[in-house]
Amino acid sequence: MDGRERQPQQTPMPIGQNSHEPRAWNGVVSYAAPGASVGPGSLADRRPSGELIGARGIGVIRAGRSLLQDVDIEVKAGEIVTLIGPNGAGKTTLVRVLLGILVPDRGHVRRRPGLGVGYVPQRFDLDRSIPLTVARFVALGGQAGGEAIEQALTEVGARSLLERQLSELSGGELQRVVLARALARAPELLVLDEPVRGVDYAGEAELYTLIGRLRSERGFGVLLVSHDLHIVMAQSDRVVCLNHHVCCSGVPHSVAQHPEYSRLFGPNASRAIGLYQHHHDHSHDLTGLPRPPGSTGPGTQELE
Amino acid sequence: MTEPFLMRALLGGMGLALVAAPLGCFVVWRRMAYFGEAVAQSGLIGIAVGLALAVNLTTSVLIVTLLVSGSLVLLGRQNLVPFDTLLGLVAHAALAVGVITASLVQGPQLDLMTFLFGDIFAISRGDLRWILIGGIVALGLEIWLWRPLLAISVHEDLAAAEGTRAGHTKLAFVLLLALVVAIAIKIVGVLLTVAFLIMPAAAARPLSETPEQMAVFAAIFGMLSVALGLFLSVSLDTPGGPSIVLMLAAFFVAAIFPSMLRHRR
Repeated sequence: MDGRERQPQQTPMPIGQNSHEPRAWNGVVSYAAPGASVGPGSLADRRPSGELIGARGIGVIRAGRSLLQDVDIEVKAGEIVTLIGPNGAGKTTLVRVLLGILVPDRGHVRRRPGLGVGYVPQRFDLDRSIPLTVARFVALGGQAGGEAIEQALTEVGARSLLERQLSELSGGELQRVVLARALARAPELLVLDEPVRGVDYAGEAELYTLIGRLRSERGFGVLLVSHDLHIVMAQSDRVVCLNHHVCCSGVPHSVAQHPEYSRLFGPNASRAIGLYQHHHDHSHDLTGLPRPPGSTGPGTQELE
Repeated sequence: MTEPFLMRALLGGMGLALVAAPLGCFVVWRRMAYFGEAVAQSGLIGIAVGLALAVNLTTSVLIVTLLVSGSLVLLGRQNLVPFDTLLGLVAHAALAVGVITASLVQGPQLDLMTFLFGDIFAISRGDLRWILIGGIVALGLEIWLWRPLLAISVHEDLAAAEGTRAGHTKLAFVLLLALVVAIAIKIVGVLLTVAFLIMPAAAARPLSETPEQMAVFAAIFGMLSVALGLFLSVSLDTPGGPSIVLMLAAFFVAAIFPSMLRHRR
């Protein structure tokens, strides 16, 4: 299992606190659309409505086990939809169905014709036997020319990596480069499957801020997959909670109050919904993972 | 040194090296060395059947390698037996069936060595024509498939999400592999065919910065190995195919060790 997974009940994050604070990423102060902005007169109302991609009644059965059952989901232009659920809930399976990689056993997927999709897959197990520069890797994603490639890399703060070999990159650098490849396709829909795996806490916040800013600038729709609750939701317009079926969905606050959500993530999880704040208010446990103060959850006993 | 048989060996061998180089890169990148091995060893069944029916051996080998490649793709969908076990199973079963069939057909005068290690000096004008036509077809397909195949080799799901038809591309690749293996068997035999695919690519990897460079370097190493191997074979009267493979191994050693020293920290 993923050792980075933080227990929500150990991380109480108050709702709405600092939710309009501008954040810096690469020296650029940007507006991070808070979840609370979905309301009358908010940014969401001014975005072009219209479905980019939608799935109805999706069912996937593998080896007699139902991975997905009667799942409905849609992403509209300019909105950030966060798909959350525990490990093994079928999140990646649903993403693969939406992207057309996996044909579902039931249901159907509607895509806006000619929809441009940028995809950041969950795992990127790099094959070092393929010699590939960063520029070439980004170019492999589509018809983007040299200028568009450089621009996409600049946007994710990876311009200096252009001529480097992909096999020389660190995990965080590789993640940015994969995101740049998705951006270079000038996507109308950006799909990110747990993009923060293997990235440190600060890098995670930067990434979400960047995605929020790009969404505001370019107006693409975002489907973000996460098993991590308290950070992701801040920028989401809608949250879909998945555990083989859709448990609940709606704006972040309504999902947080939903009994199904509490049942799935524990009674304290709803308190965990809020914005990311990096105050270095956490200590680190023995494996170097961040731990909120005062937490005495199982397996995180202090050795002092 | 300008004997016609030697010129045919040189032309056939270098043509094969040229065609095998880009394909071999994908065999390395896609971890398909043992897939190639299983397909190559199944070629022995093709030889035996060809001898029994007295038809063109390259044709019968091609039919068998295509059938076996297709079956392996289908068998890969079950998950009770791991795929590498399955490949070993097919390779050994094919060797057994091939040797038994060939010995039944040919009787005591069966020259098994020729089939296992090839006979590059026995390339005829007809063989050369086969290599030429098959090689041009294979090279054309390699160029056509290059980009989608590279994309799915880097990351299959990512490529598929971006619109690459992963299933079609993989199938085309496997059939192409069967074609090149069928051409190669006559020259280097069922046991050394895969060496022609993976060894030049492996030697080219440490020197390459781009996928295309790796294919070009692999082609150069392959063709040089053919020339040097044949020279060695004629000078010291060593067997042709194994002499070429020895040269390929030498190129790999010469390429990999300097790069290991360079990257040591």
